[in-house]
Amino acid sequence: MDRNSNAYTFLFAIIMVAVVASALAFAATNLQPAQAKNVKEEKMQNILTTVGIETTRDSAEALFNEYIVEQVALNNQGEERTDVDAFTVDLKKELKRPVEEQAFPLYVADVEGAKYYIVPLRGKGLWDAIWGYVALKDDVNTIKGAVFDHKGETPGLGAEITQGWFKKRFDDEKIMDESGNFIGVSVAKGYQGGDNKDDNAVDAIAGATITGDGVTDMISERLKNYLPYFKQKTNVKVAMQ
Amino acid sequence: MAHNKESKKQGLILFLSDTDEREGLLGKKNRKLLSDPLTDNNPITVQVLGICSALAITVQLKPAIVMSIAVMAVMAFSNMIISALRNLIPSRIRIIVQLVVVAALVILVDQVLRAYAYDVSKELSVFVGLIITNCIVMGRLEAFALGHGVYKSFLDGIGNAAGYAFILILVAFFRELLGAGKLLGYEVIPQSFYEFGYENNGLMLLSPMALITVGIIIWVQRSRNRTLIEQN
Repeated sequence: MDRNSNAYTFLFAIIMVAVVASALAFAATNLQPAQAKNVKEEKMQNILTTVGIETTRDSAEALFNEYIVEQVALNNQGEERTDVDAFTVDLKKELKRPVEEQAFPLYVADVEGAKYYIVPLRGKGLWDAIWGYVALKDDVNTIKGAVFDHKGETPGLGAEITQGWFKKRFDDEKIMDESGNFIGVSVAKGYQGGDNKDDNAVDAIAGATITGDGVTDMISERLKNYLPYFKQKTNVKVAMQ
Repeated sequence: MAHNKESKKQGLILFLSDTDEREGLLGKKNRKLLSDPLTDNNPITVQVLGICSALAITVQLKPAIVMSIAVMAVMAFSNMIISALRNLIPSRIRIIVQLVVVAALVILVDQVLRAYAYDVSKELSVFVGLIITNCIVMGRLEAFALGHGVYKSFLDGIGNAAGYAFILILVAFFRELLGAGKLLGYEVIPQSFYEFGYENNGLMLLSPMALITVGIIIWVQRSRNRTLIEQN
């Protein structure tokens, strides 16, 4: 067959694509279980980090089972939903549904007698999705800890939200104002508050304004759906707007 | 039968060396394929290719080493595959074929890292995917694999990837040591140094210092080997 003919070129291309596609499909299918395990353990690790438990990948599952005493999926009225498994809820898919149909996973941790509520977050950064977890103390107002992660933020700028020094800024921040109205925590550009923990704001990262705004929106958008539940479950006064 | 065996053996030798002269597996010419890219024909310092990833992932030694291994695997196999197919590839779509082969191998590497080296794969994130656009890989396919036998192409791929790896690891060594006082994540600068007032140089952690480090390596190399200096 003439190697320069159109027919040969097409034939070659078709065979090549078929071979490459099946090789990749085979590899992806076979490696999937190991990848899924990594993702699951990372999720457990992230959840544990928000309540101050540092763990390695290997011990994540054992510690998770030890400290996380409750996993529930809620609807936006704060009622528990029995038809979904909280841990496997995919927020990316949930967010595409109307808010009444969404499931809101909540993890309750018990660390040496102290109770924490851990809420998974998901929102938009500058380039792509950002997500994370935030743990509230049992006054459902003070943040115990937070972790953030991202898909494609700029390294050195927006991607810094994953760094420890940024996450630390959220420790002990309040999500409500003094009269109990829900505000969230805003990542404020040109923040002058220093270590002030009562102003519902933390200092932003220079050069990452849009990612910072994404974090602000993500926290307030997600947390507000848990307020009905917190109101029922705790004796703390939560003003509803 | 004997004749058949003889011709098979001959075929193997041709397959391996594919030139008119026959030489051992690591004859002088083949050794040169491996050693040249390390020094006189280094892809980074002499050909100035593949700089982008050298800037991006040399903050710490570990990702630099993993990236080097990934590039080595991709280059060795893509060179071999393209070389094996070189008489079948229609010349009109050869660049596309090269890209598909490289892209497939890169995806494979990425999937394997995600399964067995998850933390590193997160750190390397987009950069593993960007091996596809690494000029060294495509450059060697186009310049070498299309015209040489499988074994030589394999050596060429390993050699060039090793040249790339050598510079990457060298840069990462200095950046991690001077920038963070660590090597592979372990503290190596004793605490007493810090007590005397030594401080880590945070500038080394920023990308521009990778460029400057590469520049210093190029300078040192050319001052030792004057044949590399361009005359104009």
